[in-house]
Amino acid sequence: MTDTRTPLVEMKNISISFGGIHAVDNASIDLYPGEVVALLGHNGAGKSTLIKILSGAYKRDSGEILINGEPADINNPRDAKKYGIETIYQTLAVADNVDAAANLYLGRELRTPWGTLDDVAMEAKTREVMGRLNPNFQRFKEPVKALSGGQRQSVAIARAILFNARILIMDEPTAALGPQETAQVGELIKQLKKEGIGIFLISHDIHDVFDLADRVSVMKNGQVVGHARTEDVTKDEVLGMIILGKVPEKAIPGPGAMQTT
Amino acid sequence: MADITNTAANRARSASENPVKRFFRATEIDTRLLGMVGALLIIWIGFNILSGGLFLTPRNLWNLSVQTASVAVMATGMVLVIVTRNIDLSVGSILGFVGMIMGVLQAEILPQILGFNHPATWILALLAGLLLGAAIGALHGAIIAFLNVPSFIVTLGGLLVWRGATWFVTSGRTVAPMDATFRLMGGGTEGSIGATASWIVGALACIAIIATIVNSRKQRQRFGFPQRPMWAEYFLTAVGCALVLGAIGVVNSYPWPVAIARKYADANGIAWPDGGLFIPHGIAIPVLIAIVVGIVMTFIATRLRFGRYVFALGGNPEAAELAGIKTRWVTVKIFALMGMLCAIAAAISTARLNAATNAQGELDELYTIAAAVIGGTSLAGGMGTIAGAMLGALVMQSLQSGMVLVGIDTPFQRIVVGMVLVVAVWLDTVYRARAK
Repeated sequence: MTDTRTPLVEMKNISISFGGIHAVDNASIDLYPGEVVALLGHNGAGKSTLIKILSGAYKRDSGEILINGEPADINNPRDAKKYGIETIYQTLAVADNVDAAANLYLGRELRTPWGTLDDVAMEAKTREVMGRLNPNFQRFKEPVKALSGGQRQSVAIARAILFNARILIMDEPTAALGPQETAQVGELIKQLKKEGIGIFLISHDIHDVFDLADRVSVMKNGQVVGHARTEDVTKDEVLGMIILGKVPEKAIPGPGAMQTT
Repeated sequence: MADITNTAANRARSASENPVKRFFRATEIDTRLLGMVGALLIIWIGFNILSGGLFLTPRNLWNLSVQTASVAVMATGMVLVIVTRNIDLSVGSILGFVGMIMGVLQAEILPQILGFNHPATWILALLAGLLLGAAIGALHGAIIAFLNVPSFIVTLGGLLVWRGATWFVTSGRTVAPMDATFRLMGGGTEGSIGATASWIVGALACIAIIATIVNSRKQRQRFGFPQRPMWAEYFLTAVGCALVLGAIGVVNSYPWPVAIARKYADANGIAWPDGGLFIPHGIAIPVLIAIVVGIVMTFIATRLRFGRYVFALGGNPEAAELAGIKTRWVTVKIFALMGMLCAIAAAISTARLNAATNAQGELDELYTIAAAVIGGTSLAGGMGTIAGAMLGALVMQSLQSGMVLVGIDTPFQRIVVGMVLVVAVWLDTVYRARAK
């Protein structure tokens, strides 16, 4: 991936602090269409915080976000959705007491000409999307609270792809899932990639995401250690980046790279 | 293909169920609500036996319906408040304050401007009350949503503030009498719609029930969703219509008191027959108001985007916020709606009393909350139905008026109501734990 194409997302020199602690310090990352970038780092490295700035959950203190090369003004989750950014959160942010269809359309409900909710149409579309994603899913009428972790995850993913997301953020996408469901999500990611969607995978566990990702960006203590293409580095080298901040030869170092080499 | 496997799975599942379970799944009846109806019937029959047949008379049931109206109206709003994990302790005081303002408007201010008994008096007073109630509720909601003060504290403050403000309007003086038209909202012989109109309302309700069931079946057909079996549809229609017509039959067999009927006969030149003149009350206007409020609130809660947001917000506030819902505004709207419902309840209770007093609506907040909670609204948020809350209000009122009929002392009545509340919520907890 050379720089001749315009990146789908470019976050430049982003900083945010909470009560004097620099959660994210001068971090820059980018993402191209049809690319999967894994954002790696320890718990508390600032990766979730950085990505929440992109999804509009936090407001950055400084820095710049470019979507398709144009400066984007993202102040809340609604703004982010306008730019086609969809997020699947670590905590599976689904509304527990409403059913799958209500969750898929939450905030963007289909309505009848009289302005009432068109539940039947929403359920029909939900059945279609969920059928593509998770053919075994049958519990359309139950509140999602009653569903298993994997089923909830598929509801969350269906919600994102339903609205033709161009940029998908997945925060620990497989943390809550069993092996079979993890494989399912992997297949799904490959399919979304083919459709030209850019995906950020956020994880503290390199094994979860290394095989799915085209590139990795590693964060440590709120700073970016470096970026690397997965074909250029080994898992061990990336682990070195995560733990020590040591940047291998073929990677591009960032501001958080270990200085004494 | 999916459809075939689907129905096969359903058939396999239903074969393993016992007939009772199969019945409930086919009709999609809420077993929880059914349990409440059962509890209500036990209370009614119990009091009927204890009072020697005084409870289940058209007269008592009619009175019961009128007494329930005010709290039932407020309970519909309390459901939405509690569903979003808030609470409103100020509803009784808002009722008192708004009732006092409406009283002063129609008894003292409007007659000076419009003249005595002007036909627009009642509507102006009512509109002013609705606006005032909504404004007070919106104020509470705004403090809760934008200043992040817990609703318990804001409305506890409101409880004191608005009760105090009620006193200040007239320095504690009771305001009476109310406008003649306004008074109709309180029920009584005048404030009932009579037999013919009641039957018409009943017929319309039956048509609405049939239309709803047919429409929902059509919608499911359109998208090829699984449907209820035909017998279940017929059963639901029959039960619904029977309940409606039965209730109308009851209120239509409660005649006007002899003295009033006689006055009416004299005034209209009707000869007084030997057996007395039988003029049925029909549905009381406050009950009609409460039913309309219940339908509108159910519509808001289940058919509108706002209602969907309320429930999503109650289940997981963070998820709702991340989905792009303006959660703060939803909170403000809920409390404004609650305030407006307090105004309607205030209109009913001042009209019924034919006066606005200082103490009006005292303790109503507790009865309203109790009604919502008995009706299945979860204090943990996200769950509750309007119909359940109204039924809860009816249960509470049945207990109270039953105890009055049986002749139990007031302090003991409170003890019973308090215990019933705790036991009801405990039973509900047990039920929910099992349902999982």
